[in-house]
Amino acid sequence: MAETKIIKTMRDAIIEKIYDQMHCNDRIFFLSADFGAPALDKVRDDFPERFINVGIAEQNLVNVACGLGLEGFIVYAYAITGFLSMRAYEQIRVNLALSCQHRPINVNLVGVGAGVSYDVAGPTHHCLEDISIMRTLPNIVTCSPCDWVTADRFVDFSINHNMPKYIRLDGKPLPNVYSHDCIINWQKGFNSLYKGSDICIVSTGYMTHRSQEIVHEFCEHGENIGLIDVFNLAPDAEALAAEIGRYKKVVTIEEGFKNRGGLDSLILQLINEKRLNVKFANIGFDSRYIFKSGGREVIYQAAGLSKKDMIEVITKSWD
Amino acid sequence: MNKFQKLEDKTKWVKRELLKLHKLAPESRIASSLSDIEIFVTLYYGGILKYNPQIPLSSERDRFIVSKGHGGVSLFPILADLGYFAKEELRKIGQSDSFLCVIPDTAIPGFETINGSLGHGLGVACGIAVALKRKKSDARVYVLCGDGELNEGAVWEGVMFAAYHKLDNLVFIVDNNQISMLGYQKNILGLEPLDAKFKAFNWEVLTVDGHNFAELDSALTIFKTKDNNKPKALIANTRKGNGIEGLEGHPMSHVMTLKADRIDKILEEYDG
Repeated sequence: MAETKIIKTMRDAIIEKIYDQMHCNDRIFFLSADFGAPALDKVRDDFPERFINVGIAEQNLVNVACGLGLEGFIVYAYAITGFLSMRAYEQIRVNLALSCQHRPINVNLVGVGAGVSYDVAGPTHHCLEDISIMRTLPNIVTCSPCDWVTADRFVDFSINHNMPKYIRLDGKPLPNVYSHDCIINWQKGFNSLYKGSDICIVSTGYMTHRSQEIVHEFCEHGENIGLIDVFNLAPDAEALAAEIGRYKKVVTIEEGFKNRGGLDSLILQLINEKRLNVKFANIGFDSRYIFKSGGREVIYQAAGLSKKDMIEVITKSWD
Repeated sequence: MNKFQKLEDKTKWVKRELLKLHKLAPESRIASSLSDIEIFVTLYYGGILKYNPQIPLSSERDRFIVSKGHGGVSLFPILADLGYFAKEELRKIGQSDSFLCVIPDTAIPGFETINGSLGHGLGVACGIAVALKRKKSDARVYVLCGDGELNEGAVWEGVMFAAYHKLDNLVFIVDNNQISMLGYQKNILGLEPLDAKFKAFNWEVLTVDGHNFAELDSALTIFKTKDNNKPKALIANTRKGNGIEGLEGHPMSHVMTLKADRIDKILEEYDG
């Protein structure tokens, strides 16, 4: 019998798991840049000594997290993802990426509002650059889960891997893609959700949901296309190359600027390095900001990223 | 020999070593490294800091962050003298097999953090101070910050945080040498009244002559005994390029270098 899908935010899943871990691991601190979640109330109430609201101060959020991390604590630093990754970028570079090369630091940057999930808030709250800029930094693991199950599983991974990490979470409640009891292999960093014949989509984050719809649509027309979900942006290159190498055509889909160092760059580099004989296309945002209200679909329409647009790219890009 | 005579002697030696380092690595910020020598000497030889060169990261140590990395070169001879690394390393500064860059980082034994990108030290120290309290440790965290560095907004995020969280195990030393890269701070942003600013943020503040051992020692000793729920700011009024004619107080001293023959001459004068 098929498992019931549960619609849930990634942030509540991750915070509930951290809350559970805080009971048995007194080395965990949770810092927030005055940013909440329903699940966070329990952390604030039950662990007042290990929950710190640093105020609307993302730079200090990362600095304080670094200080705690240097002293051996496991830190979650929680904020809106565009501000966490960009306002505090140099703090991340100096105090996490650089510092951890000599002294271990387990700081986990937990950002909410990946892509255009804060749709109606406008371009200051959209985050289409983060995968690219975080991937540029050495020593930072960049994670982009597609559902609350993957987000939940990040917590065990983060506790056991003593290094800085950045995880970008979608702001909207979404149904699970992975089964409730699924084991997520963070070292491998990707999972093949559908096997296809000629064409394969490689997606990350929210776009894995859109990609699933596209796979189903192709399926209705009798064509099986593959779908690979990348949730660690430094995946096992050998394993991913082997998976992609099974196909003739690969298309990346990401909620980020395309041709700017994001998922598309990761896959292109892999194709190049491993000399894979596959054709490549990429779907993402063109290099301009979108000033549109009305929700995610309206933004997608404005950006030429409707499902119809995407299917057209997947169908016609190869000649 | 009284306590301060020993510190005077150490300071003369550090100054000589600093000049030799500058001769080997002219990229080093000599003026910035001259204003904070007495602060370093008081901390390390005056019985203020707890440290263990044999176990640089011992849990009991006081944490000291040299946030104004540019002025950290004068700490190199002190760390070598105390045994954090061999004194021979000082002669290799800037060479291919040396870990001594002109802006210090954690590759150098004895340095707690990455430094030199300004405005990070206080925030990191806040996290360390929270951690030390959580561990119920008696250790303290000290930060050396330049006055120009106070232009960085992130410093003031830390200033607010430290006071709100009552981090009385944190001592923030401002090397108030008045000059940043393009001139006097009073002609750039104007930080005065600096003590009033810290007081307004609910910090404990003392102001001293940053080249006077008795004043430095007295203030830092008072701070060690005052667990009054307030973070501590020590405003050390100093002279950029202290004691070197032409350099001291020059508005462009931050980027000025001393030529090798000038350094030789100064060293001869010191010997004489």
